[in-house]
Formats: sequence, C-alpha cells, structure tokens
Amino acid sequence: MNVEELQRKLIAVARANPPSDRVPFAFEKRIMARLPARARLDEWALWSRALWRAAAPCVAVMLLLSAWSFFVPNTATPSNDLSQDFENTLLAAVDQEPPADSAW
Amino acid sequence: MERTEAQLIAAVLTGDAASFEPLVETYSPRVFATARRYARRESEVEDIVQEVWLKAFEKLSSFRGEAPFEHWLMRLAVRTCYDFLRGHQRNRETTFSEMTEAEGDWLDRFVTGPESGSENAEAARQLVGRVLEQLSPPARMVITLLEIEERSVKEISRLTGWSVPLVKVRAFRARAEMRRILSKIGKEKYL
Repeated sequence: MNVEELQRKLIAVARANPPSDRVPFAFEKRIMARLPARARLDEWALWSRALWRAAAPCVAVMLLLSAWSFFVPNTATPSNDLSQDFENTLLAAVDQEPPADSAW
Repeated sequence: MERTEAQLIAAVLTGDAASFEPLVETYSPRVFATARRYARRESEVEDIVQEVWLKAFEKLSSFRGEAPFEHWLMRLAVRTCYDFLRGHQRNRETTFSEMTEAEGDWLDRFVTGPESGSENAEAARQLVGRVLEQLSPPARMVITLLEIEERSVKEISRLTGWSVPLVKVRAFRARAEMRRILSKIGKEKYL
C-alpha cells in the first residue's frame, strides 16, 4: 500500500470537507447566562501594558539626553581636584552671605 | 446605531456584560468550526466553545486592541482545543476491526487503484477522523493547522504559542506519526 499517496489523499479529503460552522439555537443566550457578573480586571496585564507603553518614550528621552550630553560642549572649567570642588560647593552659600553690618 | 467592536469591548470592560452578546453572536460560527476539527461529539464541541467564550470574557482586559479581536479569539480557541486534546488522551489505539464497512471499502478501492477518484467522500472523511484521533495532541494540532487548514508555520506559531522551530519539528514528527498509523492500518487489513 502506498502510504504517502494514502496520506496525501486523506488530507485532500479533509481539506475538501471543512467542518460545519453551525451554531446551536440560542447558544449566545446560554453563554450570557453563564458569564460572571463582571469581567475581572487583570491587574498584572494592565501594569504590563502600561510599562510596555512607557518603555518607548523612556528610551527616546534617554537617547536625547545622551546625545545632548555628548554633543553639547562643556563650558564649565574642568578641575581635577575633587576636594577643592567639594569645598567650593559646600561654602558657596557662605561666600554669598552679605556682610554682617549691611543687615542693620 | 450599531456599535463597533472596540466600543463593545470597552463597554464590557466597564461592566456592561450585555455588550458581550453581539461578539458571541458574530464569532461563534468560527469558534464552532474550529472546535469541530478537534472534537467529534457535539456535546464536547459545545463544551469547548463555551469554555472559549468564558475565558474570552475573563481575559478581555488583556486584549490590547493592536490586532483584530478575531485573531485574539482564535488564538484562545486553538489553545483551548489543544488543552481539550491533552485532557482527552483516551486509549488512542484503534484497530482495523473498528473501521466501518464503508471505510474498509474506501481503503480497498484506494489499494486497487490509488489514482482513481475518491468516491464515497463520507467514508474517506470518517477514515481521516479515525486516523487523526490516533495522533498525539501536538501531532493532531499541527497536521490540522498545517496540512488541512494550510496555514503557514509563522501563523501556527502565533496561534499555538510554540516557537517556529518547534512547529517545524512537530510537523516533521506528526507526518511520520501519521504515516506510521496508516502503515499499521494497511498491515492489519492486508497482511
């Protein structure tokens, strides 16, 4: 028996005879009667959808900021002395205070 | 004014369960046709379709609206049918003696003249059903989708959730499994 040919022929028969799409009478009523009162909100699905939607803008912002920091020239005078920079920053407020006699 | 599909879904999600009914009416024929590919008894078909719709209602909030609702629903239907096949793995071993006379006659005619036209299509259809019932669930699923419904591998991957390589491997195994079953039938009948 030619099994390959038999297989081909049986599949051809199955293709030529698709199943019926008949719906039993009032089937939709039966489904409606069995539905729970309210569709349950899937919180995880909502979170995952929101996070996926937020991912693209976040990546875009990150790329823009990276490009900006890379291409915009740094105008500040560079300093290699971290301790001096730290001290300047810390004492900046003190330096800007007005002289004591001017307050009165 | 008739509401669109998106409006109906939005209404269901806000608590208006009645808006689900038009969706059931519209898509039930397709779901029934799919379920009838995998279940023979009408009561089983109805159980599958009912489960598909209850799952659709429960998981409606996970429908993102990027693809048509029908695609989402058919994915759910195919996966429910696969669960049904796995849950109903009865003793799939059937012997030639269980074949009806009409099926046996059809096979005889095929053996004597494989090129002849396929008379008695009903007997051939029953024989196909019998062979498909003996396949394992993944083999039956992949033969149905790939060979009978003529869907692409990519489409099957989307419907079943299997990766493309897995679909290809399962298709290869399924064809071999089907040939093995047909050889067995041939041996039982003619040897």
